[in-house]
Amino acid sequence: MPGQELLAPPRNSANVATTIAPGPARPSTLARPRIRRDSVLSALIVLPSVVAVGVFVYGFIGWTAYVALSGWNSFVPDLSFVGLRNFAELFQSPRFQIDLRNTVIFTVAFLAGCLGIGLLLAVLLDQRVRGEALFRNIYLFPMSISFIVSGTVWQWLLNPSTGVNLLLEAAGLGRLRSPWFTDPKIAIYSVVIAAVWQLSGFTMAMYLAGLRGIAEELREAARVDGASDWQMYRHIILPLLNPITLSAVIVLGHISLKIFDLVFAMTGSGPAFSTDVPGIFMFETTFRGNRFAEGAAIAIIMLLMVAVVVIPYLVWSTRAEAAE
Amino acid sequence: MRMRGRKTTAALAAVAIAAVLVLTSGVGLQAGAARKLEIFSWWTAGGEADGLNAMFEIYKKRFPGVEIINATVAGGAGTNAKAVLKTRMQGGDPPDSFQVHGGEELSATWVVTGFMESLADLYKSEGWASVYPKDLVTIVSYKGAPYSVPVNVHRGNVLWYSKKIFDENNLKAPATWEEFFKVADTLKAKGIAPLALGDKNKWEAAHLFEDILLGTLGAAGYRGLWTGKTSWSGDGVKKALGAYARILSYVNTDHAAGTWDSATQMLIDRKAAMTIMGDWAAGYFTSKGWKANVDYGFAPAPGTGGTFVVVTDTFGLPKKAPHRAEALNWLKVAGSKEGQEAFNPLKGSICARTDCDLNKFDAYLKSSAADFKQNALVPSEVHGSAAPEGFATVFNDIVNLFVTNKNAAAAQSALAKACKDNKMCM
Repeated sequence: MPGQELLAPPRNSANVATTIAPGPARPSTLARPRIRRDSVLSALIVLPSVVAVGVFVYGFIGWTAYVALSGWNSFVPDLSFVGLRNFAELFQSPRFQIDLRNTVIFTVAFLAGCLGIGLLLAVLLDQRVRGEALFRNIYLFPMSISFIVSGTVWQWLLNPSTGVNLLLEAAGLGRLRSPWFTDPKIAIYSVVIAAVWQLSGFTMAMYLAGLRGIAEELREAARVDGASDWQMYRHIILPLLNPITLSAVIVLGHISLKIFDLVFAMTGSGPAFSTDVPGIFMFETTFRGNRFAEGAAIAIIMLLMVAVVVIPYLVWSTRAEAAE
Repeated sequence: MRMRGRKTTAALAAVAIAAVLVLTSGVGLQAGAARKLEIFSWWTAGGEADGLNAMFEIYKKRFPGVEIINATVAGGAGTNAKAVLKTRMQGGDPPDSFQVHGGEELSATWVVTGFMESLADLYKSEGWASVYPKDLVTIVSYKGAPYSVPVNVHRGNVLWYSKKIFDENNLKAPATWEEFFKVADTLKAKGIAPLALGDKNKWEAAHLFEDILLGTLGAAGYRGLWTGKTSWSGDGVKKALGAYARILSYVNTDHAAGTWDSATQMLIDRKAAMTIMGDWAAGYFTSKGWKANVDYGFAPAPGTGGTFVVVTDTFGLPKKAPHRAEALNWLKVAGSKEGQEAFNPLKGSICARTDCDLNKFDAYLKSSAADFKQNALVPSEVHGSAAPEGFATVFNDIVNLFVTNKNAAAAQSALAKACKDNKMCM
């Protein structure tokens, strides 16, 4: 799963961090030459991955940016510089405009769903219920399934003539039948349902870890002060969970901004592109339409969207680390 | 510490050397083994895969000792396979021969760009000029030289209908769109969905529109669309879009959830009376035990009688084919009477050659073969023959939007722009 590296524990909250506090600082009495030898060795060990990342990540990002500014829009490579023409074409394309709107709707609904359901499940599980481990695993389980598999299954479930609709009818709730992803107005929410199903368990796990990290004394102190449960959650626990929420938003946000496989397997572009996302548009433009420069331009825009979310987080967490 | 550091460095070096050795020996092995044949296609299942295997058997009999690598990538109409093939060709790792639709998909993508070898000599030595229809050889040719060998022909413009529903309601297959609307109204009044469509993958809706264009503009007008002679912003296309909007009101409402085969299945399940699809639908009916002229009926799509939309699968020879001699032998099998007679009855298509023994084919294919000989042959846009792939993808997108918003003016201006962008119109 992408973005695992972002799961590093948040460090700015002493309370949350107690369970995962970093080890004691290194004794500063090491002899100088030894430090140097160590650092040479560690540099050597890191070198291959630095080179690999440099070439295969940053090198190719650079290459993609270069192609995005070229006129390579047929099968014959043509690297002549055309400036921002590809980007201008894209922003005029009705399909791309719909894609951007879909991305915003999808991201907001998906984040709200995952955070809300994840927090609710975590708070419930935190009540020391019996069989907690079982429920924890059940909630987390969807995350271990590939997006392609869940996309295919949800396509059957939300198909208007099979699946959920039949279930509703059998339960006498025929009025709740819905055209799901065949109706352009609500199609994107069908995909949101599938995505939330898949990843709210993951948010639950993060929140549960956060809740377990909150010192019992704080809760007790609140109770002694006469706070109701609601007040305790509202004014003590939720604020302490803020770093967890931020991490979850970053991880889920970058997944949703570049989502492809779930949508591709479940609905494809959808009627009138109602479930189309930039990832699918990029794939079709590049590999079906042979318009390589335009495909690269879409990729660059997707990269920028993710960067807007991830870079502030990285800066913040590096600063927090340095402050420690 | 010092010793450990050195040891680690030495171990790292050893791993690196070992890795290099493994890599180079792998390369050596590949170069050492000859007599292989890698065939790339999207025929992964059902009759298509059986047909491909039947051709492989003939190849093995004629040229024993060659290991055949069947490189298939699943996905309807080859949409996924084509993407894989492109990365392989761009990366300098072509298969020995690959499936490609004749026409622009072959010439604009592969021939003009210099990836393919001319097959003029092969056509001469095999005497194919006299057994293939001239129109078909033109479709696979560029500047007078053929670049691929057609193995089969599918017809794109067919109206399929449930015999039972039609007989019960005393209906006849509609020959024009006006008749279609009458038939559709009768069916609708009886509570039967007139036309089945499943356009989740977008191309199915474009396929239907292509047949409407042909039915509205006629063969000459339709051909002109791809050469700039017929204007996309003209009245003909406007009329076709108007007809399409009206036709869509007779289509099942959940069409966005389905695919061409689920639309075909709707006829079998009595959920719809008609569908318009290429004749791979006949293969689907056969696989479900439905018989031509008994369970299902067929007719040219309304307004397209006398024309035949050709969808032809062909095999070509990439310039950098690793096993050129074996690949040439494969093309000989693919173009032979024996190869095509083995392949096509299983695939559910007719021979691209005109001298196949018709007794091997069912009632539908016999009638299709007869039409193929007499009708005007026109290329399919959706299936890669009529226009470059850059246009085809945009065409799918435009139709996908139109199906929902029915905005004919927007569709027309987008089509005209796409035509210009892809240098088909001036």
